[in-house]
Amino acid sequence: MTATPVLVLLDHAADGTLRPPVRELLTLARTVADGAPVHGVWAGTADVAPALPVLAAQGVAAVHRLVADADLHLSSVVADGLGQLLDATGAGLLLLVSSFESKEVAARLAVRTGAGVVTDADGLEVADGRLVARKTVLAGTWTTRCAITTPVALVTVKANAVPAADAPAATEPTVVDAPVQVSAASRRVQLVERTERPASGRPDLGSAHVVVVGGRGTEGDFSPVEDLADALGGAVGATRVATDEGWIGHDAQIGQTGVTVAPRLYVGAGVSGAVHHRGGMQASGTIVAVNADADAPIFEIADYGIVGDLFTVLPQAAAEVRRLRAQG
Amino acid sequence: MRIVVCVKFVPDIQSDRQLGPDGRVVRDLGDGTLNELDENAVEAALTLAEEHDGEVVVLTVGPDDAVDAVRKGLQMGAAQAVHVLDDDVAGSDAIGTATVLAAAVRHLHAAEPVDLVVTGMAGLDGLTSLLPTALGELLDLPSLPLAARLTVDPGAGTVTVERRLDHASETLTAALPAVVSVTDQANAPRYPNFKGIMAAKKKPVTTLTLADLGVDPATVGTAGARTQVLAAAPRPPREDRVLVQDTGDAGTRLAAWLVEQKLV
Repeated sequence: MTATPVLVLLDHAADGTLRPPVRELLTLARTVADGAPVHGVWAGTADVAPALPVLAAQGVAAVHRLVADADLHLSSVVADGLGQLLDATGAGLLLLVSSFESKEVAARLAVRTGAGVVTDADGLEVADGRLVARKTVLAGTWTTRCAITTPVALVTVKANAVPAADAPAATEPTVVDAPVQVSAASRRVQLVERTERPASGRPDLGSAHVVVVGGRGTEGDFSPVEDLADALGGAVGATRVATDEGWIGHDAQIGQTGVTVAPRLYVGAGVSGAVHHRGGMQASGTIVAVNADADAPIFEIADYGIVGDLFTVLPQAAAEVRRLRAQG
Repeated sequence: MRIVVCVKFVPDIQSDRQLGPDGRVVRDLGDGTLNELDENAVEAALTLAEEHDGEVVVLTVGPDDAVDAVRKGLQMGAAQAVHVLDDDVAGSDAIGTATVLAAAVRHLHAAEPVDLVVTGMAGLDGLTSLLPTALGELLDLPSLPLAARLTVDPGAGTVTVERRLDHASETLTAALPAVVSVTDQANAPRYPNFKGIMAAKKKPVTTLTLADLGVDPATVGTAGARTQVLAAAPRPPREDRVLVQDTGDAGTRLAAWLVEQKLV
């Protein structure tokens, strides 16, 4: 078979665990690969072994492990490696998760290789021989289909874009070292310090299927928000106001300039629905809003709105969810 | 120290933003504005210029109305403004826009050296955040995106940024000249005061074309775009919406509804 592979950058934590959206990317990669092999790219010094069972179940044929005498946390070094792999494999498509870091890598590769790039895609297909990405724009109010007209395409894909599914047949991925020729330009930026954020024990906000968000209406008490999030197995998010007030870390901020989420279920508690916040969550599958103010703009976009006190509604909902779950 | 700030004219996000039949953002609804996140970029540049006896140039690429974006920068305190205005720019994707901006920065640098290029973290229209890094690549300068804190050491000739990524915090440093993007955590943008607004009327806005910059029109605009919007549609309104007033059992009813919707 001569078909060129589809490359997927394997986003992972420092301990080598794949981040959940990677399974979705690999699933999507198989659907557009049309029988061509899917190859992973491992950028980092973590051991690839913990990821191999998932990659095998996803039918990944090979993993290229980038090896460089420079820091692989630098987007320019990763772009050096990926550029060389695109050349070496002849791949026409590279998929990346939609993170700030991935977008930096994609921007550099686009300039260096002439590739077309679509960011924050929530779907991908091949139509008339061209790759067509679907994405939501203008704060989730419009949907577009966008063709990439260059021989090489770079696509960053949002979490929850597709349901992850294992390949019909598992593989035994081969792991090959890919030495990176680090460009002089890539050595100009120095990584002085990097601190990984500790895991919260809850799902990652950016990729969670359920997100419960607290806003001004919590008045700083996030316990009902956390209670419902835990009952639903979801992540906890916050509005800009809540993070600016110091009620919760800035990492939790959902909005156009914070974390953009598109979970299956979004619950906003005491969230007014200011336009900046809507821009970061309006693409969610189902939107639930609980707010004491019947005029809050979030009710305009809510599938299920409750005018009420979040301090009574959320604990009641959490208890009922737990009760119904226990019943099976 | 000479700092160029790249700013963008975008539809006001409080307005009813639309895409046209060509899939492009409609930019002539009369309610365009300076991209809110670029106010942080202007503020960062002005603060650095004040600290290090520098000068700020605001730069934009866009249609006639885009001059409003650089005017706002002048009102905030920038010394001069440059507007790249050329019909062939229309339809540019992020890389095309970066190509034009890079040429304009080179043009400015040739007249008088540029030490730092500052941009906002993203445009609130396209929201790709590709531009700052692409600009650094095209200028062959180090790029340090997403600064929540930004410091320059003029003696050492370096710039240092602290940034927060999806799973980590980082400190990056590089020698000047460099390209930096700043987030909305970086500062609180100043409001133009009356004096600033009056002074801005006397400040020069230089208009440049692609020919002035030596940019081949085939590499930018629709001609140079690497992607093509095939279809654009407003998201259909949500159906079967429920709105209830809590009378004591709304939490229980919500849980039942979530189960019914197979969301639990």
